[in-house]
Amino acid sequence: MSGRTLVLAAAFVVLVTVPFWMPGIYYINVSSQILFYAVFALGLNILVGYAGLVSLGHAGLFGITAYAIAYLLSSGLGHTTAILLALVISLASTAVFAALALRATGIGFIMITLALGQIIWGLAYRWISLTNGDNGINVRTRPAPFGYDLSEPAAFYYATLVIFLIAVAAVTIFVRSPFGAALKGTRDQARRMNALGYHVWAIRFWACLLSGLLTAIAGTLFVYYTQFISPQTTALTASAEVLLMVIAGGPATLLGPIVGAALVVVVKNVVSGYIERWNFLLGTIFVAIVILMPEGLVPGTARLWRVGWRALRRRRGVVVVAESAEPKP
Amino acid sequence: MSFWVVLTVNSVTFGGLLFLLSAGFSLIFGLMRIPNLTHGSLFMLGAYFGATFIIGVLGVKLNFWLAAILATLVVAAFGALTERLLLRRLPGDQLAQVLVTLGLSFMAADFCLMVWGGDPLNVETPAGLGGFMRFGAAVFPNYRLAIIIIAMVVAVALWLLMDRTRLGAMIRAGVDDPDMARVVGIRVSQLFTIVFALGAGLAGFAGIIGGPILSVYPGLDQDMLPLALVVVILGGTGSLLGSFVGSIIVGFIYNFGQALLPELAYFVLFLPMLLVLIFRPQGLFGRQMS
Repeated sequence: MSGRTLVLAAAFVVLVTVPFWMPGIYYINVSSQILFYAVFALGLNILVGYAGLVSLGHAGLFGITAYAIAYLLSSGLGHTTAILLALVISLASTAVFAALALRATGIGFIMITLALGQIIWGLAYRWISLTNGDNGINVRTRPAPFGYDLSEPAAFYYATLVIFLIAVAAVTIFVRSPFGAALKGTRDQARRMNALGYHVWAIRFWACLLSGLLTAIAGTLFVYYTQFISPQTTALTASAEVLLMVIAGGPATLLGPIVGAALVVVVKNVVSGYIERWNFLLGTIFVAIVILMPEGLVPGTARLWRVGWRALRRRRGVVVVAESAEPKP
Repeated sequence: MSFWVVLTVNSVTFGGLLFLLSAGFSLIFGLMRIPNLTHGSLFMLGAYFGATFIIGVLGVKLNFWLAAILATLVVAAFGALTERLLLRRLPGDQLAQVLVTLGLSFMAADFCLMVWGGDPLNVETPAGLGGFMRFGAAVFPNYRLAIIIIAMVVAVALWLLMDRTRLGAMIRAGVDDPDMARVVGIRVSQLFTIVFALGAGLAGFAGIIGGPILSVYPGLDQDMLPLALVVVILGGTGSLLGSFVGSIIVGFIYNFGQALLPELAYFVLFLPMLLVLIFRPQGLFGRQMS
């Protein structure tokens, strides 16, 4: 067995046994949150990391799915129909959003997605007859797929874990596929890809749809987890949080968004227990990361660690024999 | 009949405020290619600082106009500092600029919540403008008419500045071709700070001038930023005329939307944006965005 397989197997065992060694229900719930936010971050990373298109409206798409499920359930539909219909609605909205936002790239794309996200927020907030405004919508029950009741935290955790693993596998396959390679090509050399005969716009459009699908799946898990949806979920802050997960962990990596999601969820849950100023901290982290570690926390920490290690060795007068002696990132 | 006339006046008033807000955004984006997501926060900071100066700090109460000027200067200084200390370190890296300005806007929003609390502050209409004016059956608050006049004066002043002065010529040169502008001896770096301070000051000024009709509350920044974005998407970046026309269009759509379809007011903003993006992605008066 190679080291890589070993680490993956260990991670898998750790994830599967979470409900057994976590000290309480609260922590199992935090683990579920990490997993579905990781799915969300993986979805956004397809655009931010692999397509080079930064979206600040993803919480809007996330919210559309969540609202659709809550609304369809409250109007009397069953779980399966509600989820399927909500996925269709989300994908259709993603297609419309993508068609609009892809009129531009770079900064134009960011501004259009931001405006679209804010419009969804405005609708959620003001279209009271549909969304119940600031009071939000409650979701009374969780589904029971194949007779497996998800109302217990551990059961919900396992359902989330299964979907998370499928999402990770899907993104891995996608990144290594010709389509993934073409997408990275449009990020790095859009003109050259165009000259080579690739339809750059279509590649980006399908990437948006894939990203939207993962976002919708995360939104489904979210609405069943909290059993409540309010406009806050679609706010710019929420879009920024998930962008922070991607940027903090390291965009265009598989592990980055997952680490980022774990970090943001843990910090948010731990910190909000002590102070009220989560938004201030979020802003500070953003500014600090961009100024100090623009490449993301995982690669950035490795770099700072290397620099610090080297400085420490020099001060102690130890002769640095070979570069390979230093810790690998 | 008078309903429509009043609605029209309100739309033009709001359009005037939006112009003050988005002209700065558009200039900053046009010259520096910096998407300044703190622009909504600058509007809110201007409103909060102005309101505080009017209510009185340390026993010193200011009159509305003095408070507005002081708030404008404070916000302009804040903008200049942001540019010098943070944005300057990230030349050409738009993603980093988006993240830093977004982070700053969260910090500013939380700062306002911490200092001024969650309750809205009301800003009193300045003395002498509290009355109404009658034209036949229609009644107009004087203050709204005053906002329209102020916005017109600022628009003309900005146009004169950009079109008739040496500084304006240098800014236009910087927008068109920063490298060539440097070669002929224009200090583009200094221009950046001036333009950023000017844009920030305008946004802050809009905040306090809008105070008596919008009041000041947490979340004002997130209400205004998308409107500024829509104006710029409509009008095109770096063009004063584009900001002006875009602001008036958005002012009308937003106000008529709120009066006729209150639940969908935010959504109808989507429509002109959609049309412009489909038929003229660079905006009505702009050049290519990216």
